[in-house]
Amino acid sequence: MNWVAWKMLNGDPIKYLGTVFGVAFGVLLIAQQCSIFVGIISRTANPVADVRENILWAMDPYSQNADEIKPLSDSDVFRIRGIEGIDWAVKFFKGTARAKIESGMFKQVIMMGIDDHSLVGAPAKIIHGTLADLRRPDAIIMDEAGYRLLWPGEPIKLNRVLEMNDHRAIIVAICDAAAPFQTFPIVYTRYSQAVQFVASERQQLSFVVAGVKPDHAVADVCRAINTTTDMRAMGHADFVWFIIQYYLKYTGIPVNFGITIALGFIVGTAITGQTFYLFTVENLKQFGALKAMGVTNWRLVGMILLQAAIVGVVGFGLGMGMTAAFFEVTNRALPDLRGLHLPWQIAAGTGVAVTGIITLTAIVSMRKVLLLEPAVVFRG
Amino acid sequence: MVAASDPALLPESQPVKPPVGVACRQIVKEFGDGDAAIRVLHGIDVDVHSSELTLLVGPSGCGKTTLISIIAGLLYPTAGDVDLFGTSQASLAGRRLVEFRAHNVGFVFQQYNLLPALTATENVAIPLLIQNVPRAEALERARAVLDLVDLGSRAQQLPSQLSGGQQQRVAIARALVHKPRLLVCDEPTAALDAHSGQTVMELVRKVAVQPGRSVIVVTHDHRVYRYGDRIIEMADGRITSVQANTAHANPTH
Ligand SMILES: Nc1ncnc2c1ncn2[C@@H]1O[C@H](COP(=O)(O)OP(=O)(O)O)[C@@H](O)[C@H]1O
Ligand SMILES: [Mg+2]
Repeated sequence: MNWVAWKMLNGDPIKYLGTVFGVAFGVLLIAQQCSIFVGIISRTANPVADVRENILWAMDPYSQNADEIKPLSDSDVFRIRGIEGIDWAVKFFKGTARAKIESGMFKQVIMMGIDDHSLVGAPAKIIHGTLADLRRPDAIIMDEAGYRLLWPGEPIKLNRVLEMNDHRAIIVAICDAAAPFQTFPIVYTRYSQAVQFVASERQQLSFVVAGVKPDHAVADVCRAINTTTDMRAMGHADFVWFIIQYYLKYTGIPVNFGITIALGFIVGTAITGQTFYLFTVENLKQFGALKAMGVTNWRLVGMILLQAAIVGVVGFGLGMGMTAAFFEVTNRALPDLRGLHLPWQIAAGTGVAVTGIITLTAIVSMRKVLLLEPAVVFRG
Repeated sequence: MVAASDPALLPESQPVKPPVGVACRQIVKEFGDGDAAIRVLHGIDVDVHSSELTLLVGPSGCGKTTLISIIAGLLYPTAGDVDLFGTSQASLAGRRLVEFRAHNVGFVFQQYNLLPALTATENVAIPLLIQNVPRAEALERARAVLDLVDLGSRAQQLPSQLSGGQQQRVAIARALVHKPRLLVCDEPTAALDAHSGQTVMELVRKVAVQPGRSVIVVTHDHRVYRYGDRIIEMADGRITSVQANTAHANPTH
């Protein structure tokens, strides 16, 4: 009878494809929306996530996140260096500047000031030029997407000049930075220069980045900083999470996105469930005839589950393919969506969700089939 | 009569009448509960003989469909019992009744009820598949039965490619492929034009009526009356008459 169940599906290709595409579309909605949500939220931490070395971050306790910073005083670097277990400690600036290009156009940029000597915090992936050139006077590194925002359609050209706070800046290298939350260009430069590029405040030290000696635990050193200074320190992973949490808690972005995502999920669920439910209900008369002819309830359940499994697996595969294709295309065509992809966790989660939805729908439609009086087949 | 070769089916006291296949005993059927209950069958007592074609006739709403649903084991009576070839239906509960149905009953519905996604052969094979006959064998046997209803050339077509009369012939083949002892047909010609209806009834006579098998055809189509060996008349949930049909179409049977 499983063969009959299979035939019922693929012997009616229009209905079968309709059902499969319904499920696939639901899967696409769920997976795509969730991926975008996760991608956007993790972007909030991207400017610091690019700093890779094994480290801790010290900041003013009132600094809320990597964008709303209460500066430290310059001497705080020395206080961190005095803490037991600290290997090295350098200044890190993060702020924004206004860049002016040849055409006279202004554009806000994200300014990252890294240690003059060690260049700790430099972008990991340089795609044009070399990091060493950052030591040249007025040198900056810009991310590729930022370059394209400033000079749309123009080929990458090194040594282009722009102006920030009446200071000349020369692009000596192009990096491939993770996409930031705001779609602004990211500029990396030496700390001493960064403070000149932004309209100056008295104190400019955003964070102290410090390396921990191999024989000390980052958590212990952070605790020492928290208790002995008026600064707040956390390990790199905590720092990234701290920033993400801030966005989750205090900005409307996750709420707005969350609503969109929830809608996508609900619509996806509804489409998936509804499509499969309709499929079974439309077949109710056929199931009734089979029941009259002596198919046991157990076998009917098996047939429906088999149909659900086939529709689910094919629809899921198709939906995942569509999602992957979606990100493939948008990554190429829309710079704003660069870096967004389909994480395997979301693919797996969507799989679990779809299994749940279809199982639930199958149970609901099975109830209808099981309660079906076989005598109804004699009635019109 | 070949049925006579099976002594269990032929009580010696009735040498002329064929043996009883289905015996209804005091069948009462009510729909709904308590005060709202509607009594549809008021104690039906009737014998349906085997090896012949029995017509169940009567005005619309008199309880014909309800009665054959109970006889075929699709519906439980409120009271009374049906004896099917020596087996008391009341003694078969749940799953055993379903299995009894699968092995012993063939159905022909007014609306054909073929699975639209399956070819004629595949539809006919279903009762065998239900009994776990291997697929290749089931399809082969189904093909052979399609030949019997003159649809061998349409074996690979889908129901949607067949006329109503052809679909009903496929349904007859499906109802017979597993050689059931009881065939029930509910208004098999009601959806068909006169000519197709005639073809279908002739087929039922020719192919379905077999020694040892009871065939019950529900109808209120007068043109069909002549195909019956015996006519049971119902009105308002009661049997009003049971008569041998002297005018039936195939007296040589
Ligand atoms: N499931 C049901 N619930 C309530 N009443 C029913 C049900 N099935 C049939 N009836 C009633 O029982 C009576 C007999 O119906 P039916 O057996 O279909 O008659 P027939 O087949 O002779 O036209 C009708 O009045 C019908 O309305
Ligand atoms: Mg009826």
